[in-house]
Amino acid sequence: MLRNRTFLIVAPALLVMALLPFGVGGYILGLLTLAFYYAVFAMSWDLLFGFAGEVNFGPSFLIGVGAYTAALLNHYWLWPIPACLACGALAAVIAGMILAVPALRLSGPYFGLTTLVAVLLLQNVIVLNAGITGGEIGLDLPDVLAVDDTTNYYYAFAFMVVSGGILFGLSRSPVGLILQASGQDAVEAAALGFNVAKHKLVAFCISAFFSGLAGAMLIFYMGTASVGTVVDIAVGVNVIIAAVLGGRRTILGAAIGAIFLIGAGEILRPLGQLATFVVSAVALIVILFFPSGFLGRLLHPEGRE
Amino acid sequence: MLALQILIDGFAISSLYALGAIGFTLIFGVSGVLNLSHGALMVVAAVIAWWVGGLLGPGTGSVYVGAAAGVAAALVCALATYRLIASPIQKSPSIPREEKEIFVLTGTLLWGIMLQEAIAYLFTNNPKTVRPLVEGVVMILGVRTPHNEILTAVLSWALIGLLWLLVNRTRMGKSLLAASMNPRGLTLLGFELSNIYLAVWAIYGILAGIAGVLLGAFLGVSSDNAGTLTASAFSIVVLGGLGSVSGSLVAAYVVGYLETLTAYLISPSIRTVPVLLLLVVVVYLRPQGLLGRR
Repeated sequence: MLRNRTFLIVAPALLVMALLPFGVGGYILGLLTLAFYYAVFAMSWDLLFGFAGEVNFGPSFLIGVGAYTAALLNHYWLWPIPACLACGALAAVIAGMILAVPALRLSGPYFGLTTLVAVLLLQNVIVLNAGITGGEIGLDLPDVLAVDDTTNYYYAFAFMVVSGGILFGLSRSPVGLILQASGQDAVEAAALGFNVAKHKLVAFCISAFFSGLAGAMLIFYMGTASVGTVVDIAVGVNVIIAAVLGGRRTILGAAIGAIFLIGAGEILRPLGQLATFVVSAVALIVILFFPSGFLGRLLHPEGRE
Repeated sequence: MLALQILIDGFAISSLYALGAIGFTLIFGVSGVLNLSHGALMVVAAVIAWWVGGLLGPGTGSVYVGAAAGVAAALVCALATYRLIASPIQKSPSIPREEKEIFVLTGTLLWGIMLQEAIAYLFTNNPKTVRPLVEGVVMILGVRTPHNEILTAVLSWALIGLLWLLVNRTRMGKSLLAASMNPRGLTLLGFELSNIYLAVWAIYGILAGIAGVLLGAFLGVSSDNAGTLTASAFSIVVLGGLGSVSGSLVAAYVVGYLETLTAYLISPSIRTVPVLLLLVVVVYLRPQGLLGRR
């Protein structure tokens, strides 16, 4: 039933998005390209939060490590893009494992703080080594994914669909169920014979892999890597808001939330400084009155979880 | 000379950090809320104090009226945070208990962003310096110290002392302590829990407001500082041990002096880095904080 309804919602939406380049201009395509990368960020975050129960306040740590690894390799050694992407994703996985060590020992706010500190440290390292990393201004890349809007759009679209498919499949698989159990009651899950530590570590690696890869692809789309686009706390906050807004523990909801957030930010741009205010207010209202988010509401209209 | 300068400057900034963080600890200890709009609240207090003080003109009285208005604004915002965000989320039946924490964090974060953006929209994000409550400088063993810096330290400690008396020596304080230990037991004794929470949030609002106004007079405040202020209060509180008031005081001084030392001896640009490193080490080795209980 659930599978059926999810399919009925997702399939037409994907079809429309796949046909979109024939109908709309480069401006909207560019916007959606960005939104698709954010969707991957939010979906990877949801795997950690919604399933493994780990509140990661620093998604931009994983994103930033992936993005900057790829950027440095491309800028200084002129590595080809696929090699840079692979190394970026690998570096993010290593970063994810570093984050996972405290996560397995700490709980609640303490782990959240460690992840926050990780972001601040990464940001400081990048800004203080401005001679190598470009600091606040950013590092420009000799290569870009594609110059054409439509090609870029399809790259991002394909990437989002594949990552989303894998993450969604994973969340519905036995591994996802074990993760969900360990997130909700680690002691009971361990008592049932599941290796909680191993599963959480896997969740961190997968989340980090997709975050880092998406971060690396995003900078090759933009042609420049800067703190403001991939490392700043604000990036992480947007990712979290997107995932909670779309409906946590749904994976697909995170993608919807991200597309909504980027779109709303753009539509409200004429409001100038008030745009962020309005987006935050909307997000706050959703959190207060519809805590299961857009998709949660749609999938469980009776309000049950 | 330099050592004395560091000692004095470090003391003033640490006292201010202590004042800012102590309210943060209090509401976490009593009502279990980590308020991520803390920095925005301090910014609101400072900017309103600056604005009202400016409206009233250059007289001496206007500084005090401005400061009072700033504190009042912070009080209103703190009560709104409790009434509109923290309390509805904590009472909401559709959020599972283990996820309340992340919802409170996200909710207060969004609320903080709203306050910050509103301030930036109404008053721009230029740094604003509140006029000092007292003018003049004094030489302490050859170090030029503004009167205002001394006032900041004295006022912070006076307030911390008052809070200590309130918590340990009054009936209301006892009920606050009881609420942090066993809320259900307190309810069974016939106390209205929501009144106690409201009182804690009011105390918190006043403390954060005063800290904000003092900070505005000491260093100047811009709406862009909200995030940093929240992060520094958060780090102090975690360093000291969540919910431990004495731990927060110690941690405020550790952080204040570490930052001042780094700024004077190495470079102001890496001011916050040693604190972050210390925080990582403490969180790994002693997650309950310096003086916290598990």
